[in-house]
Amino acid sequence: MSFIEVLYFIIPSAIFYAAPLILVAIGGVFSEKSGVVNIGLEGLMVIGAFTGILFNLFFADTFGGATPWLALVAAMVAALLLSLLHAVASISFRADQVVSGVAINLLAIALSLYLVKKIFGKGQTDFITERFSRYSVPVLSDIPFIGDLFFKSIYNTSFFAIGVAVFAWFVIYKTPFGLRLRAVGEHPMAADTMGINVTKMRYIAVMISGALAGIGGAIYAQTISNDFGHATINGQGFMALAAMIFGKWHPLGAMGAALFFGLAQSLSIAGSRIPIISEVPSVILLILPYVLTILALAGFIGKANAPKANGKPYIKGQR
Amino acid sequence: MSNRVTNILVPLISVILGLIVGAIIMLVSGYNPISGYTALWNGIFGDLYTIGETLRQITPYLLAGLAVAFAFRAGLFNIGVEGQLIVGWFAAAYVGLAVELPKIIHLPLAILAAAAAGALWGFVPGLLKAKFQVHEVIVTIMMNYIALHVTNALIKTVSDGGDRTDKIFSSASLRSEFFQNLTEFSRLHYGILLALIMVAVMWIILEKTTLGYELKAVGFNHNASKYAGMNVNKNIILAMVISGAFAGLAGAMEALGTFEYVSSKGGFTGIGFDGIAVALLGMNTPLGVIFGATLFGSLKYGALNMPNAAGIPLEIVEIVIAVIIFFVASGYIIRLLLLRAANKKKEAK
Repeated sequence: MSFIEVLYFIIPSAIFYAAPLILVAIGGVFSEKSGVVNIGLEGLMVIGAFTGILFNLFFADTFGGATPWLALVAAMVAALLLSLLHAVASISFRADQVVSGVAINLLAIALSLYLVKKIFGKGQTDFITERFSRYSVPVLSDIPFIGDLFFKSIYNTSFFAIGVAVFAWFVIYKTPFGLRLRAVGEHPMAADTMGINVTKMRYIAVMISGALAGIGGAIYAQTISNDFGHATINGQGFMALAAMIFGKWHPLGAMGAALFFGLAQSLSIAGSRIPIISEVPSVILLILPYVLTILALAGFIGKANAPKANGKPYIKGQR
Repeated sequence: MSNRVTNILVPLISVILGLIVGAIIMLVSGYNPISGYTALWNGIFGDLYTIGETLRQITPYLLAGLAVAFAFRAGLFNIGVEGQLIVGWFAAAYVGLAVELPKIIHLPLAILAAAAAGALWGFVPGLLKAKFQVHEVIVTIMMNYIALHVTNALIKTVSDGGDRTDKIFSSASLRSEFFQNLTEFSRLHYGILLALIMVAVMWIILEKTTLGYELKAVGFNHNASKYAGMNVNKNIILAMVISGAFAGLAGAMEALGTFEYVSSKGGFTGIGFDGIAVALLGMNTPLGVIFGATLFGSLKYGALNMPNAAGIPLEIVEIVIAVIIFFVASGYIIRLLLLRAANKKKEAK
């Protein structure tokens, strides 16, 4: 394989793997910018994947080609409801946010497997029939090289994910809502003094993170695994969390990190077919995202600073 | 109501609420909760064999719970118990099958290898926390995945491309004929004694040594500890190392007692994450950990009986465990309600 062929092979596949990671990582950015740590991303993704597959299986005959997109909506709602549990525990009940997130993860996988066994009588669902279609952008795909690389037979969901990332950047950095969100995460008392409702902002942020994680999970399930079982998500949510940190809590940074991790994932799976890469033991590629995140946190790759009030419940009147 | 009483009431109420939620879910999804919980009960206490297996399941939970609780006391949240357990599991199994030595040397060596591997896995986040103020939660999560992939690769190398290693030599085994005869040949092994000794070790470290005093001080307020002349960084690293060693020992229980080999894993064992639940329920005290590990270990093993005896998916127990964690974590609200109830009683008088 020549270098160009390798690029044609690996870049679209990296974008393909990155799409769910981008969405979930952006969800994490919203939650953590408001000061609520969301370890539960993994669980929210699981619920999204489960709901998406379930909806797809049950309504494929009714909605035909639109099923996968409607499944995303269903997944969004389901994950949003589950994220409310995290919001209530960590914002209103002042629970340890990490513990509450761990509980979300345990609950999500247990609940969805319980229902899978109840409905299907076995450990995993059937395979879905209606899938996302691939798509070539009309004019752009005709551009030599770049067109083949980025715009030919790409999943719509990849465009959607990148669009959401840009939109999230706009919302967080260019709108009053975003300013309030960041204020609540950096210094909730000051924000409260200025008349911002800290509790409300944090609830909204956690719900956004739930919604996006649900969509991300459903996209993963409907493009990559095509069914749902106990190992469907298997750490993707934590990888999104890593992307969020590696991207320094910035939506576009998170997107970049997610794309990079997508590349690492696709290399670890398809790398054996590529010269040079096939010499690298696959374990190196598998652990690369996690090692990089640790290095980023330790300040070897620029300093990553979390929002100041991240992880602390806000108690009115307490200094 | 005294603080002590509420401290005990919060976990108890959480457990009861968790079981009630489980019953409601079973009812809503068309199962009979009474037959479900009966199956659970029989799965735990049914006969001597199940009791032996339940105790066997409790063993790693004790150590995983100790690991989480120990770090918590020093103000650290070790989510990495899972990864530390996995590397401990591998290290013990590797030492168990790589060499053949007299039991008196081999067994302690394998156990120490597991503790050392776990300690090493805990050392990294501890060091990063101490030197670069990196939050240990994220690092330990990442270390979990690194552990999973690295041990899988190592298992492949050790077993010549296979998915599981050979059995360890009997000279490194914790298996106990005495316990087996006692419990109709369950896999109950001597590890439970080691785990209970470790509970005592944790109590001694925390309550009777300067190290424990300093660790607790750092956990309460590290600025004050620093002002008092304690080496906060050293204490953070030590806390993570000791916590990791406990977790590594939990891995040794699986490697030398339950399975006597190590196989590559598609996902986590879950014991490390359940350790968080054990520690929380036990209020991070050594005695509390015994209580938490007994409860969750029993639930986990008993659940295996539910699909056969009552036709209910065993995940229902995981749901119950998750709900219990929620309620324990939201202890603030339970305390508030208890306080209100107590005040009302006073007013009525």
